[in-house]
Amino acid sequence: MKRSSLNKSLLDRLLSSDKAVSISVVLLGFLCGTLLVVAVGRNASGMYSAMLQTLTGLDVTRGTWNIRYVGEWLNASLPLILCGLSMAFAARTGLFNIGAEGQYVVGLTAAQFVALYGPQIPGLHWMLALLAAAVAGGIWGGVVGWLKAKFSVSEVVATIMLNYVAFFASRWLTMLIPGSNTYRTPSFPATARLSNPLINQLTNGSRLNLGLFVVILSCLVFWFVIEKTKLGFELRATGLNKDAAQYAGINVTKGITSSMIIAGAFAGLAGAVVALGSFSYGRVLGGNDNYGFNGIAVALVGNNTAGGTMIAGLLFGMLASAQPLMQSRQIPKEVTWIISGLVVIFISLRAAFRIILDKRAKRRAAELKERIDE
Amino acid sequence: MPDYAIEMLEITKAFPGVVANDAVTLRVYDNEVHAILGENGAGKSTLMSILFGLYDADSGQILVRGQKVQIRDPNQATELGIGMVHQHFKLVHNYSVTENIILGKEPRTKTGDVDLRFAEKRVAELSARYGLDVDPKAKVDSISVGMQQRVEILKILYRNAEILIFDEPTAVLRPQEIDELMQIFKRLKAEGKTIILITHKLKEIKEAAERCTILRRGRCIGTVDVRSSSEEEMAEMMVGRSVKFKTDKVPAKPGKTILELKNLFIRKSKGLYAVQNLSLSVRSGEIMGIAGVDGNGQSELVAAIAGMLPVEKGSILLSGKDITKMSIHDRIAAGIGHVPEDRQRFGIVPDFRLDENLVLKSYASPAFSKNGGILNMAAIADYGKKLIQGYDIRAGQGPATKVGSMSGGNQQKVIIAREIELSPELLLVAQPTRGLDVGAIETIHSRLIAERDKGRAVLLVSFELDEILNLCDRIAAISKGEIVGIVDAKDAKERDIGAMMAGFRSAARAEKEAE
Repeated sequence: MKRSSLNKSLLDRLLSSDKAVSISVVLLGFLCGTLLVVAVGRNASGMYSAMLQTLTGLDVTRGTWNIRYVGEWLNASLPLILCGLSMAFAARTGLFNIGAEGQYVVGLTAAQFVALYGPQIPGLHWMLALLAAAVAGGIWGGVVGWLKAKFSVSEVVATIMLNYVAFFASRWLTMLIPGSNTYRTPSFPATARLSNPLINQLTNGSRLNLGLFVVILSCLVFWFVIEKTKLGFELRATGLNKDAAQYAGINVTKGITSSMIIAGAFAGLAGAVVALGSFSYGRVLGGNDNYGFNGIAVALVGNNTAGGTMIAGLLFGMLASAQPLMQSRQIPKEVTWIISGLVVIFISLRAAFRIILDKRAKRRAAELKERIDE
Repeated sequence: MPDYAIEMLEITKAFPGVVANDAVTLRVYDNEVHAILGENGAGKSTLMSILFGLYDADSGQILVRGQKVQIRDPNQATELGIGMVHQHFKLVHNYSVTENIILGKEPRTKTGDVDLRFAEKRVAELSARYGLDVDPKAKVDSISVGMQQRVEILKILYRNAEILIFDEPTAVLRPQEIDELMQIFKRLKAEGKTIILITHKLKEIKEAAERCTILRRGRCIGTVDVRSSSEEEMAEMMVGRSVKFKTDKVPAKPGKTILELKNLFIRKSKGLYAVQNLSLSVRSGEIMGIAGVDGNGQSELVAAIAGMLPVEKGSILLSGKDITKMSIHDRIAAGIGHVPEDRQRFGIVPDFRLDENLVLKSYASPAFSKNGGILNMAAIADYGKKLIQGYDIRAGQGPATKVGSMSGGNQQKVIIAREIELSPELLLVAQPTRGLDVGAIETIHSRLIAERDKGRAVLLVSFELDEILNLCDRIAAISKGEIVGIVDAKDAKERDIGAMMAGFRSAARAEKEAE
């Protein structure tokens, strides 16, 4: 009797700490992935040495060290973190931004256009391209926010639909550019690219670029706006209890729209960072890059906070860039997808657990009605 | 040795974190009206739920008419002749009275159909025998709340209950209906039934019960003979200290009109008016009370004044300025404070910190926001500390406490503190003490009086007539969205207000003529 109630309270406590849940869920995901690798008869240590090499550049099998792997890892994480921030920002206002993918595509397209047609002034050109991407993504998200706030249009449906519009509009518009074929535009001028000789040198020729600073700055902006500003206060209040926010005189319509604008801008920036950082030409998209959708998982594991999203983005980026190294060690690369999939499933189970616990707590509260004030 | 209908001996029931019943003993004589008195959370409902088979006790035993029994579920309780009238009725609204009563125990004709005619006859008989005056053919959604309660009573009588448990039966009733219920108790007793009455209202116990068992914080404090104990004695046993019944107050010094409502029409949903043609004014330095049964337009009225519901026709003036079309934000700035009826839904953000909740309406003021939109966290936390002290808010982690983890009484103190600190010209207060214990009620009442004395206009909506009578300077009775009459509190008679709450204008007129 006593023990079971103790266990319950431990579970309660674990589930009530967001950080503890995220960490244990990730560990559980890795554990299952490891068991799976062992179950198919491979050496799990290969998986971990591949991950170690991704994180540190150290190849324990050959005893060599190459920092380029670290650069590639960080570069793979950049769009994931930005799309995670997009999802997380909307979530803090109580919105589900499943449209980060569309906002990403719109941002990518806008950045490509500015890269090809913008003024080729060093230092300014890429900044203008980034700005255009943020604005385009912001508009793409903001429209949904406005529809939601004004006419209660479900943001989930609206953003999913706009994802398709963004994708096909991007293809069509990009192919109109003279000199384009069905997969690429002419090359960007150097002034539009985010690559930086110093970073390049430091990371031994990796694709890591100035986008790194865009991401760091974005995380800081996210944290500052949400935690420290009036706007953040309003958005958080709206996200946590819309009725109370309205009662307190907070303009919920404005809040929902601004939240979607900012969320869209983060996703748009992700598009620009990929377009200008990892490619030297504009792409005619043949399929989704999926950063927007993966951002949902990143935000979920990161508990919708700036720091959490950054760490989760780095984790998912590590899993993605460890794939080729795993294959070279005879570990099926799909394991990384299984691990990230399991992490998402486990974290969703937390939501289910929460619902059960909440129901139980509510029933208990109803049973006891209101306890003596103390 | 007298016969006991029910004996509950040394009943203990613990929920995680709290002992709801701690070795409680209850002995109810056959054919008596026995009250169980206690504050919210004292363990009354738990004790009765154990008797009715909804919970298992951790220890202790139950004897029904001297026989030791184990009651595992409500069906078993019914078989033992125990019936319960719940606080929230469990009726099917589009069924007739008879259909509701026989549901689950339908008499059948030879062909297996439900024998409705026989059932209606039986219901009519029962109704006549106990003086319940219920129409067996009426649809439940077309009859009053008081009548619905009688249907619940008939439901358990139809199942041959000898012991009837009533859980806070008067919470939803108008004064007249309460009187009638007291008559029904007498009739039931005369017919040999035993009644257990759960309540926290002393007046009813004085009127209806013979003996009273008092619970406090899960413990049984004692059982007293009602005739030989005073209300004060019972209240003291209930709360554990002496209680003031009447809030001290000096006569009001009303000043100029602050709030003026002119011919207001507010829609509830399509086609229906929640408030129609309502005019009312509240002056500075007075508490105007709106007396009425839940659902007569009070909630909509308060929401419309606060700006949360649109007004269809008519106008709202604040100190002479038309605010009918103003946004909520501007009304707050214009000087309206609002303690909302549904405090969980509107009054707080449960996942916000205590200090964040305290500045929910003033976060944008220069004191808490600087340089065009950056919050001054330190100032907000200091403000939180100050109000925690000033309003006696009990919070485990100070300003950082999540409000959702606090008790209902303390949550309400947070709301009251926030609204009063806005020092509004007009304070709208809806159901400020529902579900709170005596201590919190006392604090909140004296705060409201203090606001009045500071010269604020206070509009109070309450479904508890006692609260209205205790606090208000003028009382407006509302029925079906209309003000039936307005009386001065000092010459208000409970009976007349009750009549007006039922919509009888004659009483209002009589009151006016008497002036």
